[in-house]
Amino acid sequence: MARVRTGVRVVGAVLAAVLGASLAGCSSTGGKRAEERAKAAEAGRPAVSTPRWTFAMVTHAGDGDTFWDIVQKGAKEAAAKDNINFVYSHDDQAQQQAQFVQNAIDQKVDGIVVSLAKPEALKDVVQKAVKAGIPVITVNSGSAQSAAYGALTHIGQDETIAGEAVGTELGKRGRKKAVCVLHEQGNVGHEQRCAGAKKTFSGEMENLYVEGTNMPSVQAAIQAKLQADPSVDAILTLGAPFAPTAVKAKEAAGSKAEVDTFDLNDSVARDLKSGALGFAVDQQPYLQGYEAIDLLWLYRYNADVLGGGRPVLTGPQIVTAAEAAELEEYIKRGSR
Amino acid sequence: MSAATAVDERLAPASLVRRLLGRPELGAVVGAVAVFVFFSLVAPTFLQASSLSTILYSASTIGIMAVPVAMLMIGGEFDLSAGVMVTTSALVSSMFSYQMTADVWVGVLVSLLVTLAIGFFNGFMLTRTKLPSFIITLGTFLMLTGLNLGFTKLISGTVSTKSIADMEGFPSARALFASKWEIGPVTLQITVLWWLALVAVATWILLRTRAGNWIFAVGGGADAARAVGVPVVKTRIGLYMGVALCAWISGQHILFSFDVVQSGEGVGNEFLYIIAAVIGGCLMTGGYGSAIGSAVGAFIFGMTSNGIVYAQWNPDWFKFFLGAMLLLATLLNAWVRKRAEASK
Repeated sequence: MARVRTGVRVVGAVLAAVLGASLAGCSSTGGKRAEERAKAAEAGRPAVSTPRWTFAMVTHAGDGDTFWDIVQKGAKEAAAKDNINFVYSHDDQAQQQAQFVQNAIDQKVDGIVVSLAKPEALKDVVQKAVKAGIPVITVNSGSAQSAAYGALTHIGQDETIAGEAVGTELGKRGRKKAVCVLHEQGNVGHEQRCAGAKKTFSGEMENLYVEGTNMPSVQAAIQAKLQADPSVDAILTLGAPFAPTAVKAKEAAGSKAEVDTFDLNDSVARDLKSGALGFAVDQQPYLQGYEAIDLLWLYRYNADVLGGGRPVLTGPQIVTAAEAAELEEYIKRGSR
Repeated sequence: MSAATAVDERLAPASLVRRLLGRPELGAVVGAVAVFVFFSLVAPTFLQASSLSTILYSASTIGIMAVPVAMLMIGGEFDLSAGVMVTTSALVSSMFSYQMTADVWVGVLVSLLVTLAIGFFNGFMLTRTKLPSFIITLGTFLMLTGLNLGFTKLISGTVSTKSIADMEGFPSARALFASKWEIGPVTLQITVLWWLALVAVATWILLRTRAGNWIFAVGGGADAARAVGVPVVKTRIGLYMGVALCAWISGQHILFSFDVVQSGEGVGNEFLYIIAAVIGGCLMTGGYGSAIGSAVGAFIFGMTSNGIVYAQWNPDWFKFFLGAMLLLATLLNAWVRKRAEASK
């Protein structure tokens, strides 16, 4: 036991030394201090005096998805403003997602926001909610099924239309041969984006599947693709975290290809500004969450409906170097 | 008692051929040559120097972790938490530096301590509870996955870390963990050097030190090893801390190479490390294997995953090709080993 106690003492001493060093070894650039310095206090008080309704949001997000995190942030901020009790749950398995919607119905919530990535699996439960008198708004995926299932409105980006915008933009930039990098094999939305881009792109476009949970392998796969085919002059990634990796791969492969991406984050903003990235397509996830909650509130309060039975599109918005500088502040705080 | 036979083999005078046939990595080497020849024939760009550097990079990121995982398997255990531990290590250094506005190196050191503590926890729980390593490390795997997400969300408000690229100490830390050199058309990544160094150190430990004998003895039969005075507990905890140390190195590479870490990454990579070790000749039952073998296994993995891209095959079938190639390489490896053992 004596040895164990010495071990504890050694670990304690090392920890103390490190903490001491962390106080002494402060970084004068970047970090949390810089963020706090830049950020003014944001108040989250309700702006209305309507009753405290409960709205549930159930999405098909996987664990740790950056995109859905922003959607959730938008929904939360709208809920705070509208005096809403906001409940969020998510699961990438359709069956579990349907179960969560059922739970919301059981709790007799005052409104449900749901994403229809796998519409068939959620059809029954969405119709059940509507039958029980709970207003439903669909977000992000499922624009085609939304009205048929009885939802008030669909808020989101049509993946095919977003892809088409990218294809047109690539053509405008004089690109000849593009690679569409899919980081999740079997994701319908990803396939639609690439297919949409292929449709309007004047050049040739190929798909490349990569292992999204393993960044070094993403880099190696893109690098390999560029080495195998030096005529590739554009790489399109479908998520913001993969764009800087594609830039690295392009540099390592000695390629001149332009890297473009879907979605924004602060690395993408930085790379857009520096010119390392050509453009980014934003579908404004914050707006999807915010509008869904706000429209449910409007419906409850004033029986308002938006869109007239057609999807309300939140994208695509093409962001280039000029807009990136303007948006950077919002990207940094995590709402773009 | 493979420890005793290993010692005997080294003492007995044997011909070079016979000694080669007795090496665990022989099958893997034959498999690697087969995969290499195959892709050289079907993919025109595979043999280019720049392509080889891509393959080496890809192999090294798996290989750095395959080394301690192979040692652990020789010691008779495995670690399902190895994949997410890499992400944990990257998250800890990034978030500690950012939140404390500390020099990046401070975060790197804190991360080393935290990661080693996780490795110690795995080994300690295993030896204390006597539960199978499958259960213990599955528990750690799930806990770390949750902690990665929960802590990142709690601390940074989003599911990925903030960029620390503008902070002090970043350039020097990047030089150590993520630098690269251009040598003509070839880009050499520092991970390849880390990988080679780790293989060399592990091989030295396994074949030339007392600790190496302990590892083989513990994997061959823990009770028998304990009876002859091998410190079984210490050896096992040491092996788990070895995995943690390498997870730290890989984690720092990911952080300094990509500046931002996503909390959901790393899940599933533990299988790649185990696959590399198994292709490299480690037995699932312990007591047999080598560090060099794990390196050859990682190299096969690098060649296969990138070779498919060089060959420009229809990407819809990517995962199928990958699985089939790995299975074939492992089967070939098993077959060669059987022939080698039969000829002894």
